[in-house]
Amino acid sequence: MSEQSVTPEKLYAPREPVFPRRVHGRFRTLKWIVMAATLGVYYITPWIRWDRGPNMPDQAVLVDLANRRFFWFWIEIWPQEFYFIAGLLIMAGLGLFLFTSALGRVWCGYACPQTVWTDLFITVERWIEGDRNARVKLWNSPWTPRKIRLRLFKWTVWLLIAIATGGAWVFYFADAPTLLDHLVHFEAPRVAYATIGVLTLTTFWFGGFAREQICIYACPWPRIQAAMMDEDTITVAYRWWRGEPRGKHRKKEGAEKLGDCIDCGACVAVCPMGIDIRDGQQLACITCALCIDACDAVMEKIGKPRGLIDYMALSDEQREVNGLPPKPVWKHIFRPRTLLYTTLWAGIGVGLLVALFIRPDISVDVTPVRNPTYVTLSDGSVRNIYDVRLRNKYGEERPFHISITSDTLLRVALEGTEELTVMVKPDSTLTQRVYVTAPPQSEAARRARTDIRIWVEDLESQERAYEDTYFIGRGQ
Amino acid sequence: MSKKPLQKKPEVGTTGHSWDGIEELNNPLPRWWLWLFYATIIWGLIWTILYPAWPISSQGATPGLLGYSSRQAVEADIRKFEERNAPLDQKLVAADLTTVRDDAELYSYAVKGGAAVFRTWCAQCHGSGAQGAVGFPNLLDDDWLWGGTIEDIYYTVAHGVRNEDDPDARYSEMPKWGEILEPEEIDAVVQYVLKISGQSHDAARAEAGATVFADNCAACHGDDGKGDPAQGAPNLTDAIWLYGGDEAAITESVTNSRFGVMPAWSTRLSDAQVRQAALYVHQLGGGQ
Repeated sequence: MSEQSVTPEKLYAPREPVFPRRVHGRFRTLKWIVMAATLGVYYITPWIRWDRGPNMPDQAVLVDLANRRFFWFWIEIWPQEFYFIAGLLIMAGLGLFLFTSALGRVWCGYACPQTVWTDLFITVERWIEGDRNARVKLWNSPWTPRKIRLRLFKWTVWLLIAIATGGAWVFYFADAPTLLDHLVHFEAPRVAYATIGVLTLTTFWFGGFAREQICIYACPWPRIQAAMMDEDTITVAYRWWRGEPRGKHRKKEGAEKLGDCIDCGACVAVCPMGIDIRDGQQLACITCALCIDACDAVMEKIGKPRGLIDYMALSDEQREVNGLPPKPVWKHIFRPRTLLYTTLWAGIGVGLLVALFIRPDISVDVTPVRNPTYVTLSDGSVRNIYDVRLRNKYGEERPFHISITSDTLLRVALEGTEELTVMVKPDSTLTQRVYVTAPPQSEAARRARTDIRIWVEDLESQERAYEDTYFIGRGQ
Repeated sequence: MSKKPLQKKPEVGTTGHSWDGIEELNNPLPRWWLWLFYATIIWGLIWTILYPAWPISSQGATPGLLGYSSRQAVEADIRKFEERNAPLDQKLVAADLTTVRDDAELYSYAVKGGAAVFRTWCAQCHGSGAQGAVGFPNLLDDDWLWGGTIEDIYYTVAHGVRNEDDPDARYSEMPKWGEILEPEEIDAVVQYVLKISGQSHDAARAEAGATVFADNCAACHGDDGKGDPAQGAPNLTDAIWLYGGDEAAITESVTNSRFGVMPAWSTRLSDAQVRQAALYVHQLGGGQ
């Protein structure tokens, strides 16, 4: 322990309010486009209709929890095909790795819901309370009637957006028009209202008040991302070797000694995270690039080249400091790391596509009933029981024929019917008890174990599926 | 690379902890984080007031203002399901058991309900897989002491076997032949039973046993030994033996007789439950 005495610091700090200023520019325009696209996809998707024929939902994207089905346009996923979802999640993860290693926190800056909704909430705030200076003034002013009116108006609009956000979520889990009708007539299930309530509160809180605190304190992603970035990753950086020493440019006194940065504070004023990019790369920076737009506008005004704050790679920073030209962007992006991520990502994608196209429309699962292992019948023959699950993924009823193959003589019978064919209802599973019997003195009755294969054939499409299992005998 | 000029020193204090010159920075947590922590404490306190929590009374914990108990919650759940199933149960009680299968919804309900009834009340003797044990019939096979039609099974479940609770219980009375026949006669009839069930036996003694069988056993087990479900007399010619089919077990059965019992479930379960159990057992593989 050091012996120097240290004044105890506060262990908790209040949030520093952030008042981002309006900004125009290339990246702001790009962010508007991304915001419109992501919000549009989120709100519109559940309302797209998709005709699947009778007995089937006509919603293009539907997570049907009650019937354990996931519908995505022409694709229908059953619970046992969850590997498709798992594969998509892995692809999403690898995609994030790829984009982070190539372009830094581009997800955080443009597409993350927290960023998009915060941006939306700030836009509303600016529209109601004015731009940065007006908002700072309002913040510092006492609670005058005008302040109360503006605040209430802002919070109401926020709340409406939040309700619409939570409200849109539940439409992914039920037929959207029906659910909307039920919601407005207060006939919807309680879980729908609870979900809307929770998501409304979180949206209101995260977008209106917590904002950058979520990114800095709650989100694990900024911590993980550092592991994916290297000196070739393109991030937002400040050309300090061009900008420093910073200072106000005055006509006469020693302007030539100063760098390009006039210390106008525009980059800080527009930052939604409340940081100074000139301090270098930092955890709180989500690389939304608004400081680039702000600085470029200033540079144009004072007649200096753009790009004092710019997207660039760390290795270029070193090259530029040493007077070398930067490497072309493609050389930063195409490197073993990103190529590996792309290869993995595409490999899983191709694998999933192949699996999707070759997956059968019927399938069978066999669970041998092993309690008891076998049953002796009165004539001394030996019977095994199997619970056979038949899955019909067609939108119509199909006849399924059950048979077995094995190297010895065995008889098959179905519970409850004399036939060997059962009808399976559209888009559903039927569990059928199947009896396999070996005559008293037969090989299979005596042997401990005989391999058998249970076949299922859809008599209409001639599709076949099987599962291997075995027959247990007396074991003499 | 030259060092960055004018790089701001971090405006972060230290905790005063320093080891070998490595100092611990004090990055303060946001204050709302602290509030969140206090909020959880308050939430926890409110929770303990609303719900059973503090173990201070001799009766157990404080009951909580909401009067919640998990036992009551389970009872409410059970009542809810009973109410929901009541129409199906009424339909099942009114239905003809032989045609329940034609009503897919009712049949599926009955079999699933029967499986639950079976696991609760029947599995202790008949086994969780209904495979039975020595003295307790296997319900998966095609051999039925008291008949294997759905009505027979329903009657057996409802009234039971050899019990005092129900005057209509199934009742079979095999004498203890050890008190009536000579040991040689018993030995002979056992050889005869081994013969008709297709097992190895002494031909000469079995020959003598045929007469003993015809005089004493055929009345119930039939001239051919195939038994009579109406009297609960088992088929002696098949491969299924409730108490074992070897010479010693058969000798014991003949000498001292066997008296299996089963409760009358109609006095303990509702008629709907008895019907469910009967339908469940009937579809296990041996129903006739």
